[in-house]
Amino acid sequence: MLFGAKGKYLMLVSGIAFATILMIQGMALFCGLLSFSYATLDNIRSPIWVTDPIVAQVADNQPLRDTDISRVRSVPGVAWAAPLFVGSAQARVIEHSLAKQVSVVGLDATTFMGAPTELVAGRIEDLRAPDSVILDERGTTLLSSDHRRPLMVGDEFEMNDRTARVVGICKATAALGGGSYVFTTYDRAVQYSPGQRKMLSFILVIPDRGTPVTSVTAAIEEATGLRARTEDQFRMSTVLWTLENSPIPLVVGLIVGVGFLVGTVISGQTFYTFVAENTRYLGALKAMGTENQTLVRMILAQAGSVGLVGYGVGIGVISLVFFIIPPGRAPLLLLWPVPLVALGAVLLICLFSAMLAVRNVVRLEPAIVFRG
Amino acid sequence: MTASVQLEQVEKSFVNGDTTTQVLKAVDFQAFAGQILFLIGPSGCGKTTLLSILCGTLSADAGTIGVLGERLDELGEPHLTRFRARRVGFIFQSFNLIPTLTLAQNVAVPLIILRRPAREAHDRARELLDKVGLGAKTAEYPSRLSGGQQQRVAIARALVHEPDLLICDEPTSALDSKTGHHVMELLRDSAADRSRTVIIVTHDHRIYGYADRMAEMEDGRIGRVLANRGEIAAAHNL
Repeated sequence: MLFGAKGKYLMLVSGIAFATILMIQGMALFCGLLSFSYATLDNIRSPIWVTDPIVAQVADNQPLRDTDISRVRSVPGVAWAAPLFVGSAQARVIEHSLAKQVSVVGLDATTFMGAPTELVAGRIEDLRAPDSVILDERGTTLLSSDHRRPLMVGDEFEMNDRTARVVGICKATAALGGGSYVFTTYDRAVQYSPGQRKMLSFILVIPDRGTPVTSVTAAIEEATGLRARTEDQFRMSTVLWTLENSPIPLVVGLIVGVGFLVGTVISGQTFYTFVAENTRYLGALKAMGTENQTLVRMILAQAGSVGLVGYGVGIGVISLVFFIIPPGRAPLLLLWPVPLVALGAVLLICLFSAMLAVRNVVRLEPAIVFRG
Repeated sequence: MTASVQLEQVEKSFVNGDTTTQVLKAVDFQAFAGQILFLIGPSGCGKTTLLSILCGTLSADAGTIGVLGERLDELGEPHLTRFRARRVGFIFQSFNLIPTLTLAQNVAVPLIILRRPAREAHDRARELLDKVGLGAKTAEYPSRLSGGQQQRVAIARALVHEPDLLICDEPTSALDSKTGHHVMELLRDSAADRSRTVIIVTHDHRIYGYADRMAEMEDGRIGRVLANRGEIAAAHNL
């Protein structure tokens, strides 16, 4: 019946498609913002991260003492331990006055542990040259005085009144706030960032081959009193901290909630009206001996198929939008559970809408067909 | 002759807020197989309520309701639903053809309700549409038909599963005289076919000549019963 009522069918499909778009966009935004919070962990890869015990997440800045690195190196099971500085600096193109906030990453000049894994220009080893830095792709346009000409290898800019010369360009995940990453050696990074008494942000550790990572983290914690986490553990604690301390869950929850509500209201009301307008036919079917279960199955089947079509349209539109937006331009991350959760929500909307209609159909008296 | 429909002392009241209205008052009623029975009377006299009760779409407050050998007053809702599906055909005043289904699909509905295979149901539906003169329009939708054609489709739908009882609510009131007579001829044939019991509620004097038996209702009671064509013709100057 519903498929023949083209206006209502289109209304339902549009409502559910719109709800799907809102919910998927909201959840993708949520995942995207969360991924921004642990971007440093994606850009600096290390199996073990050692921090001050009070550090809860990767953006916490609680420097270690320089002597801590020796203590970590002495722990059994540790193959390599390298210092890492992560701080921020104001970067500006020399002839241009506008300063931009960047994340400065200082790597151990011997091992380059934590160096970017994907370079699009230059070589890591070039960081040994004076004033050299590797800039991420976003930074090449962010720090350029002319947006039509991004910075390239050989170009220069300033940080903390010191010259930085681009010797490489890498790919990197955007951080919360949209700033770019500048990789250099540990000693140089310390000079680029405003001075502090202690500058050692993290110690990156590689365990001995064959030694389980978790046993090494436990050994480091026991021997040094510092906090040692695997990359996954540090990512999870960063996510949990963000969920607990940022407005992201509330804001995004509102978007997803509005999507769910819009879908429920539109489809619920349309389904209810559809049943009300078809009361005489449903009454006739009941009079002719159609069982309630059959009518309920009929309504559920129509609700389910409308839901799946609306979901398909919605996911098609949102996929197109995600395809058009250049990677890294918006905090949108479409993880595989997101469409599944949205599908579950759509089916829930359809079930709710169908139940509103089912209630009336089940209570409908077949004798109604004989009343004028 | 044994009555195929036998109602005794049937009562029915409707409660609306504080007001209780007794619609049927100790009604006794009979209809016979192979006959067309007309149930007539002024609006509000209880015809529709009686029709609803004797076909099992409404329960009575009191009395016994024997229809086609079943005691409807003793059956629960699931049995009543199955009884209607198997043994009763319905023709409604406003046709109630489902607008989004083709004529063949509409006519096949009672067989689909009885869970007959779709192929068989549609073949039988086409056969019935052919019988009522609409065999060339099986793929049309009801909205493209005239009122008379729609009622013929409704008759085909009512007969497709070969019911023993045909319930007709004002089957000709929306039709012109010529079409009304054509519809009544189809119904008369259907009564003769299989010795079917046909009960028609109507206000339409034009078709009184088709009645084999006539029961007149007034104020919730069966008044005069005209038991044959002669009595009907005499009473209504036909």
